Amino acid sequence: MRIGHAKESYAADEALLDSPFQWTMLALMIAGLAALPLFGDPYWVYLVCLIAIHVIGATGLNILTGFTGLVSLGHAAFLGVGAYTVAVLEARIGTPFPVNLLAGGLAAAAVGLVVGLPSLRVKGLYLAIATIAASVILHFVFLHWASLTGGPAGLSLPPATLFGVALDTPFALYWLILPVAGVMVLGAANLFRTRVGRAFIAIRDRDISAELIGIPLLKTKLMSFGISSFYAGVAGGLWAYFFRVVTPESFPLIMSIFFLAAIIVGGLGSILGGVLGAVFMTLVPEALKLGVGLLSGVLPDAVAILAPVRTVVFGALIIGFLIFEPLGLAEIWRRFRRLQHLWPFRT
Amino acid sequence: MRPRSVVSEPAPALAVAGVTLSFGGVRALHDVSFEVQPGSITSVIGPNGAGKTSLFNCISGFYRPAAGSIRLFGERIDRWSPPRRARHGLARTFQNIALFRGMTVLDNIKLGRHAHLETSLVDALVYYGRARREEVALRAEIEHRIIDFLEIDHIRKAPVGALAYGLQKRVELARALAMRPKILLLDEPVAGMNREETEDMARFILDVKADWGVTILMVDHDMGLVMDLSDHVLVLNFGEVIARGRPAEVQDDPTVVAAYLGSGDVESLRRRFAGGSDRGAEAA
Ligand SMILES: Nc1ncnc2c1ncn2[C@@H]1O[C@H](COP(=O)(O)OP(=O)(O)OP(=O)(O)O)[C@@H](O)[C@H]1O
Ligand SMILES: [Mg+2]
Repeated sequence: MRIGHAKESYAADEALLDSPFQWTMLALMIAGLAALPLFGDPYWVYLVCLIAIHVIGATGLNILTGFTGLVSLGHAAFLGVGAYTVAVLEARIGTPFPVNLLAGGLAAAAVGLVVGLPSLRVKGLYLAIATIAASVILHFVFLHWASLTGGPAGLSLPPATLFGVALDTPFALYWLILPVAGVMVLGAANLFRTRVGRAFIAIRDRDISAELIGIPLLKTKLMSFGISSFYAGVAGGLWAYFFRVVTPESFPLIMSIFFLAAIIVGGLGSILGGVLGAVFMTLVPEALKLGVGLLSGVLPDAVAILAPVRTVVFGALIIGFLIFEPLGLAEIWRRFRRLQHLWPFRT
Repeated sequence: MRPRSVVSEPAPALAVAGVTLSFGGVRALHDVSFEVQPGSITSVIGPNGAGKTSLFNCISGFYRPAAGSIRLFGERIDRWSPPRRARHGLARTFQNIALFRGMTVLDNIKLGRHAHLETSLVDALVYYGRARREEVALRAEIEHRIIDFLEIDHIRKAPVGALAYGLQKRVELARALAMRPKILLLDEPVAGMNREETEDMARFILDVKADWGVTILMVDHDMGLVMDLSDHVLVLNFGEVIARGRPAEVQDDPTVVAAYLGSGDVESLRRRFAGGSDRGAEAA
């Protein structure tokens, strides 16, 4: 049982963060992230930007797959739609970046609605294959609609500008990407405090009785596809501003699998899980690379020998998680919090 | 020329006419017709496989009958989608509990209100403002009208999957009540319950009728419960209505006894009737 605070009203009881401990952790994290560019080196700033983009993408996929139970292996293609939309608007038309990002999200959402149409009839593996098919078609479009997408060479785009200042380094983009990621994660968490998110979960758990208690299946599934691909589109748009070149090969099938692995490792159907999974999936390969780099100081041949081992270790870590913590990183955090709640002295 | 009646009859809460349904060769329902009067409790009884659940599934829209019509307060609903029927005040519980097991009791109950809430996708993302107001009001209403009433305040935050069977049945009733029902279909509300749980449920059903003004259509094998609670009883056998009337009339109907005899279930029927009069004696 929780100790130390009484619920004052239903509004307080419906709050997202329900203990001083959680607020403290959040405040510490925000403070740490705000301080990072001041003290951290460019490599870390670069990495955190990438993590934040992955967090948005993973959260989007978690809404669809983790919360609504609709498996998608086409998520990367929706990032692609967002990235191309932003690249075309920025390079050809020059509209301001908030407009471009929003357009990237909306374009991806529109494509997501179409891809989501079969979800009323097919689910599980069949839907996964249908979404792969959709991503193959999108890849074809990126490659061959050359007048718009630049064909195989893709598109380069100028940096986003804010009040005439070009956001052309990770340091500058940091202040764009992180707040956007924060707001989008908060939005996703909010969804599940309302009828919209509850309906998603209901469809995942029992789609037939969901319909009998008044939840329209197609409309709700499409809503989930739409919002999920909106998140992917915005993530793709930020990706475009971050790397400044978008090609058909930027968003391969393996990226879709990356996001799926992230939400599984982090915790399906948990907002925190999507965040933790994205952090894990981005950080662990880098940490392993770093470890190999350090070793090469001692062993000159380390890079050649250990580079393949790195991939194996990464794979083994993922498998280990599936076996030992099928509910993901979020569950580990939850257990930690329970311990904290039981602690006899207030934190 | 038809004479004009001065006082128009109120439409029945539910009017089922000529409903027929088959699964391949199996005739689950044949030409079933009956009406449920507003504010009453009507029970459907019959041996296993008689078609009771199939009838409920036709009314709530899970099955499309091959023939016949279904009207809810005079409006024809048999072509409507299940969510539309739910929005118009048709709620039900299931013979095999159909709760969302991973969600808390509270979230399960809130889901019942889905069709009556207005929060849009954008409202939900923002939360503060419209969505929050709606959620807090919903929470308060559920707490005061449903959780207190059904005496489930101790489990509101528990995941449904972890609850005892009898409590799950109660949560299902709670979710159905959150749907703002005008008519409530209960498929075996006390099946598998012990005596105490059954008596609690009987009290809740009577209160729902009296205090909420909800019309109830119910299926159960517990004849004691059926005879005590019902204003009207409808007996199905092999998908056909074989008897109907007030509980006492049905109880004495030889065709009803014969139907259970045919199903080899007559002893249990006798026992249940006997149980019913016991209960009646207790209540008196
Ligand atoms: N989905 C289905 N597919 C095929 N046959 C079905 C289906 N649902 C019901 N039936 C058949 O229809 C008949 C009526 O079944 P139903 O479930 O309506 O009976 P019931 O009166 O509710 O029985 P019980 O008291 O056991 O719950 C049975 O013969 C059953 O086998
Ligand atoms: Mg049945």
